[in-house]
Amino acid sequence: MSALGLASQALEIVAALAAAPLLLGWVGQCRAWLQNRTAPGLLQPYRVLHKLFNKDSVLAANASPLFRTAPYVIFGCMTLACGIVPTLSTDLPLSPAADAIALVGLFALARVFAALAAMDVGTAFGSLGARREMLVGFLAEPALLMVFFTAALISNSTSLTSIVRTLSAQEIGIQPSLALAAVALIMVALAENARVPVDNPATHLELTMVHEALILEYSGRHLALIEWAAALKLFAYACIGMALFAPWGVAHAQSPAALLTAAPVLVAKLAATGFLLALLETLSAKMRIFRVPEFLGMAFMLAVIAMLVRLLLGAGAQ
Amino acid sequence: MSAAPQLVAVLALAAAWLAIGAAGLAALHRFHFVARVLFPAGGVVALLLAAAALPALWGTPQAAVLPIGLPGLPFHFRLDGLSAFFLVVLGATAAGVSLFSAGYFRQSEGTAPGLLCLQYHVFLAAMALVVLADDAYAFMVMWETMALASFFLVISNHRIAEIRRAGYLYLLIAHIGALGILLCFGVLQANTGDYSFANMRAQHLSPFWASVAFLLALLGFGAKAGLVPLHVWLPEAHPAAPSPVSALMSGVMLKTAVYGFLRVAYDLLPVQLWWWGVLVLALGLASAVLGVVFAAVQTDMKRLLAWSSIENIGLIFAGIGLALLFAAYRMPAVAALALTAALYHVASHAFFKALLFLATGAVLHATSERSLGRLGGLLRVMPWVGWACLLGVLASAGLPPLGGFVSEWLLLQSFLFTPGLPNAFLNMLVPAVAAVIALVAALAGYTMVKFYGVIFLGQHREDKLAAAHDAGSWERLGMVWLMAGCVALGLFPVQGIELLAPVTELLVGARLPDSGSSWLLVPVAAERASYGPLIFFAGVAASFGLAYVLVRRLYHGRLRRAAPWDCGFPWQTARMQDTAEGFGQPVRQIFEPLFRMRRDLPTAFDARPRYAVEVGDHFWHWLYLPLARLVESAARVIGTLQRGRIAIYLLYSFATVIAVLIWVTR
Repeated sequence: MSALGLASQALEIVAALAAAPLLLGWVGQCRAWLQNRTAPGLLQPYRVLHKLFNKDSVLAANASPLFRTAPYVIFGCMTLACGIVPTLSTDLPLSPAADAIALVGLFALARVFAALAAMDVGTAFGSLGARREMLVGFLAEPALLMVFFTAALISNSTSLTSIVRTLSAQEIGIQPSLALAAVALIMVALAENARVPVDNPATHLELTMVHEALILEYSGRHLALIEWAAALKLFAYACIGMALFAPWGVAHAQSPAALLTAAPVLVAKLAATGFLLALLETLSAKMRIFRVPEFLGMAFMLAVIAMLVRLLLGAGAQ
Repeated sequence: MSAAPQLVAVLALAAAWLAIGAAGLAALHRFHFVARVLFPAGGVVALLLAAAALPALWGTPQAAVLPIGLPGLPFHFRLDGLSAFFLVVLGATAAGVSLFSAGYFRQSEGTAPGLLCLQYHVFLAAMALVVLADDAYAFMVMWETMALASFFLVISNHRIAEIRRAGYLYLLIAHIGALGILLCFGVLQANTGDYSFANMRAQHLSPFWASVAFLLALLGFGAKAGLVPLHVWLPEAHPAAPSPVSALMSGVMLKTAVYGFLRVAYDLLPVQLWWWGVLVLALGLASAVLGVVFAAVQTDMKRLLAWSSIENIGLIFAGIGLALLFAAYRMPAVAALALTAALYHVASHAFFKALLFLATGAVLHATSERSLGRLGGLLRVMPWVGWACLLGVLASAGLPPLGGFVSEWLLLQSFLFTPGLPNAFLNMLVPAVAAVIALVAALAGYTMVKFYGVIFLGQHREDKLAAAHDAGSWERLGMVWLMAGCVALGLFPVQGIELLAPVTELLVGARLPDSGSSWLLVPVAAERASYGPLIFFAGVAASFGLAYVLVRRLYHGRLRRAAPWDCGFPWQTARMQDTAEGFGQPVRQIFEPLFRMRRDLPTAFDARPRYAVEVGDHFWHWLYLPLARLVESAARVIGTLQRGRIAIYLLYSFATVIAVLIWVTR
């Protein structure tokens, strides 16, 4: 565990914390452009966070300590998740502690806490949101795991840093298994981050919302933490996508110079990912909640097929 | 006897349990003596048992012959790594359950407290001796003692007809299983007439007879463990039994079946065939999927946990099946990984499921409600039980950094190694199976959120719940002990696996490699995969703490309380919360073919609209009811012989005598 490793680990987490709201702002900006609207400005998410942190927290009269603890737990989980996914460097001291499966577990932990907190107050909305969130979760989680397994079968490792190292060493070309996995991951990411077509982050129309129903009772600093954690989650998913399907430019060598060149590459890739997300959201319509299982079931099937394709072709190549 | 110190100690402690049981019988109605002295004493004995068995993990096998039982048929006992591991799990779990029981049992349980104490401790001692038995005779005697003791415990509230029915079903399936095991031992001794396990190990059965023995063992132990399709007794017996008994049955007794299966499959049988592994894997997965899907739609909290036990047993058997597959293809290192995953799950399931059952017991006592539809909001009135149960729920959902996640992680890792198998078909099949495991794990999270959220969160669905009382100090002590087990298994997997290494060495001849560090779990090689729960936990905790401090420092800690947001509709009641049925609805819809459902939907014109849904198990209608009808019609045919008139019976005797005479003189 070198000093530089520690530094790049710290840099990654700080960069994620700082840049995650910006990514959200960028996606909003792109969406506005694509839909011929005027955008609220790139820095709007920061303003929202600042405003929420300054406000009083209003707690439901019967809220238990679990309700107050959950935002911190969710925030902690998402921060760690951003620390595990290699974005700038593959020399991460946290990496041996948590591999791809543990990352999926981390997302699950945050989701369970969010759902439990939503059920805590006991309003119809909260429990409805919790149920829907868990529904999305139990369909998306295995699909995400299968995407990771496809990559793990290629690199013979579930460690995210090893996956990135192996994949970035390969020559540029489309691997059929990875292409299928990429589609699956995009579908999972849309569902998990409460984006169109599964959920609409801009709506407060009661019958359609999932994520917004889940956090309806939160306000003030708790809401700020949850919103920030949601931004971190989007950031983490974007980074997972880039780590698996566009792993180039991440620093492997232990030098500050490599880190410096990795940073602009990361920014460029994030900008492209954000634009792609906005494009997908603009091109698709929100689907009914009953259709979500089909959508995610397809993602799951695609991911499993990706793994089988890898096994078929992988066995042929050997 | 000095050559076997641990074995003697363990046998003495089992005898101590029997003595405590006898003392209970002597003090039949002295409730305070039984509850406050005998049950805690049983807990202490359990702890000592775990401590006594622990060193035997690494030692050489110890054997002893006790001249009890029939003349000329002494009991053989043997303590090796496998037995020692299950004894440690038994002792550690039973310690928590016994402490809880000291505060749990009430005067009005239906059975006299002393009798309950006898049954409980005989049950514990029988489980310990099953694991120690070294010949088929001792094994079967202890196995049946265990089954009977648990049967009487299940029906301890025998005045309720439903409970008697559940007990009868349990007894029936337990005996079908016992028959399978008995026949399995019959095959294993290979016509030598010597029923000691040592003789069985020495036999070289042909693959055909080995397969017969294996299938019989699978039937016998599968019935006890609750593998599909012999799982139907679990959701009936667990809700019927008192909660500490459910905790023991689910946490430990199901594991004795796992023990027996491992003993036969790896130790007594000379070879392992690859299709055994496939069969066990398939049955395990079927149980896991069916268990978790049914758990998600249950509306009775103990029934939900019973189905969840079926799921967990399924996962354990999936791990064992995978290990069999690898062992058959001579890949000991990976077989050790799969087996470690299964055994780790044995331990962590014992802790978290016992904890969850105890929590339901506390809820049951405080509210006398088992139905999820009449609970809610208990975290505020029962904080001890609520927080303890939260930990159990998180462990059960397989979330890091608790015990359930470690075994799940190991199991998924072992699936990723299947590309090394020489059989191309299996190469393709088995990773797809990993997808099923992932689905089961995710669904377990859904189920547990439902379980916890409906019972402990939200508003009270009944007014009387506001008066519910928290668990007493004995009950708290027992739950804290089990919580500590869940946390320890989650945070210190390297040390936990150190305990499993002798067992996997014994069974498949390999162990997980030494990772070289005490905080990083490494299944095969560090560059392939590693997991460090302590760092993981520290990472989450550090960002949690930092966020908390920074938010307070940079901003403020102001807080206001207000009524929850009612969407402008002020007539909200507690009944408008999502119910257990509502929470199960998506699962009912997605997995509809797995259920046998009967829905009563209201129409728009009903004066009193009523919705009812009944979820049944296909196996009842496909397997059990046809079988029952078959037996009944056969009985009816045979019944025509019974005329009830003495002349006809004399005629039967006469005909029989003639027939025998003809047969003899022929």
